[in-house]
Amino acid sequence: MKIFVGIKQVPDTETKIKLLPNAAGVDLTGVKFVVNPYDEFAIEEAVKIKEKNPGTQVFAITLGPKQRVSEVLRTALAMGCDEGVVVNSNSELDNLGVAKALAAAIKTEGGCDLLLLGKLAIDDNGSSVGPMIAELLGAPHISVVSKLELTGTTAKVERDIEGGAKEIFEVPLPCVLTANKGLNMPRYASLPGIMKAKKKVLKEYEAETLAAGVCKSKATAFTLPDDKTAVKMIAGDAGAQAQELARMLRDEAKVL
Amino acid sequence: MSKLIVFCEHQNQNLKRSSIELLQFGKSKNFEVVGVVLGAEGQKAAEQATANGASEVLFFNDVKLNGYNPELYLAALEAGIKQSGARHVLAPASSAGKDVFPRLAARLDSSIASDCVALTVEGDTLIAKKPLYAGKAFAQVNLKDSPVQIVLMRANQLPVATAGSANPGAVKIVALPAVDLKAILKEVVKGASEKLDLTEANVIVSGGRGLKEAGNFKMLEDMANVLGATVGASRAVVDSGWVSHSMQVGQTGKTVAPTLYIAVGISGAIQHLAGMTGSKVIVAINNDPNAPIFQKATYGIVGDLFEIVPKLTEEFKKLLHK
Repeated sequence: MKIFVGIKQVPDTETKIKLLPNAAGVDLTGVKFVVNPYDEFAIEEAVKIKEKNPGTQVFAITLGPKQRVSEVLRTALAMGCDEGVVVNSNSELDNLGVAKALAAAIKTEGGCDLLLLGKLAIDDNGSSVGPMIAELLGAPHISVVSKLELTGTTAKVERDIEGGAKEIFEVPLPCVLTANKGLNMPRYASLPGIMKAKKKVLKEYEAETLAAGVCKSKATAFTLPDDKTAVKMIAGDAGAQAQELARMLRDEAKVL
Repeated sequence: MSKLIVFCEHQNQNLKRSSIELLQFGKSKNFEVVGVVLGAEGQKAAEQATANGASEVLFFNDVKLNGYNPELYLAALEAGIKQSGARHVLAPASSAGKDVFPRLAARLDSSIASDCVALTVEGDTLIAKKPLYAGKAFAQVNLKDSPVQIVLMRANQLPVATAGSANPGAVKIVALPAVDLKAILKEVVKGASEKLDLTEANVIVSGGRGLKEAGNFKMLEDMANVLGATVGASRAVVDSGWVSHSMQVGQTGKTVAPTLYIAVGISGAIQHLAGMTGSKVIVAINNDPNAPIFQKATYGIVGDLFEIVPKLTEEFKKLLHK
């Protein structure tokens, strides 16, 4: 079996976000980058499938400025992926542009039986690229997956929906699945894994060549959240505090 | 007048608020609004859509659409868009919306703005405000160059006015196109709670490590029952296994924007704050006066939550005459 894992490099969740001058974008200078947390579940699941199914090959693929984003491929390789594919792109692509470039790279690499990605990237909160690639590859998809059982060429998956409910699907391979928290516990990379990953030669593609001029939307006018007005602290003993808070929520904030 | 399609989601036969917001928005911006309703239980919702701004409703009255299936929903929505000729599409950023519309966008060679919190129209272009980093920043997404402009909006972001009168005559029954189905929905397992999802809730009572143990979430459930609220949680208590991940608020959980958010025993890690700063009024109850949560709060109480929460629940009961 051949598995692809789509990985995005994102700022660490601890990052304090600052804007560029003229609100032209987010200032990424000095930011610490990590593997998108949901993509770690996708990597782990792929490696687990490989361990159970000898002969399986796992390809990690990412898109972005290649010097920087290659780091996430090294992490994926250290966790147990076999090959790394980087699609170099120095311009801001929209979700359709990213999906087209990744789908084209996967096709050029001969396609796959299973593509795993995270359910969303925590930087742009998109959750769109996975289902888009599925459409471009002509494969079915299930998103927000918290359980996966593979039997032969059929995947039985649980998809998390509103209110903690779950939809259970059966879907034939090849298919595209996006991973939610709960799918597994991602492993730490082993030291030998890290050493081996460092030496691995990555396959390189150019987004421009794979899918040029395909973006259909543009993000502009970046802003930070409005500053909240200063907090009103409520003093007194517990009874007085509770009474005063309830009153203020009703009379002042008018939310009760 | 340009046509605008609204995906009308319904639950227990009623049109959901998130879809009513979108129908009324379209009407207020002078679009010719076309509603799309899926599933054999949608008759009432289809009529409600006509009372909220839709001049026409395409009703796919088919039992195969009663449960969610990405491929069947895709086929119906694509047929609806083609039949109406609409170039503008609005849908709730729900589980189904976020699953099917990106795929539909790719099929229509279009882009999509997902999980948006505000929406404007300039000429014929939809411009959507979208959170980045779960709300640590925002950007305006301009869809001018997209053949079909698709925006998924979070619930509770747009105003809702009283509905007009329904026009059942504007509901048109449409047949589901044939689909060579690959993914099959086998079963839907209900969640523990019948309450609104965190992403749709108007009031949220959320708990963190300050609650000391899983059993103490009962206090928050009691308060939530009085307020008609949904219970949320911080990552720390989800990772400790006290509550399920579906309850997690924050950058690796759900981003929420209720009218009232009550944070109990949550210190306010940057990832949690990102997920809830969109809330209109934030109450923080914590024993540490230096907890970062107070920097984002509207009202703050420093004290012992085990004393304050039950008393506050009693006060809410009195005010709400329960």
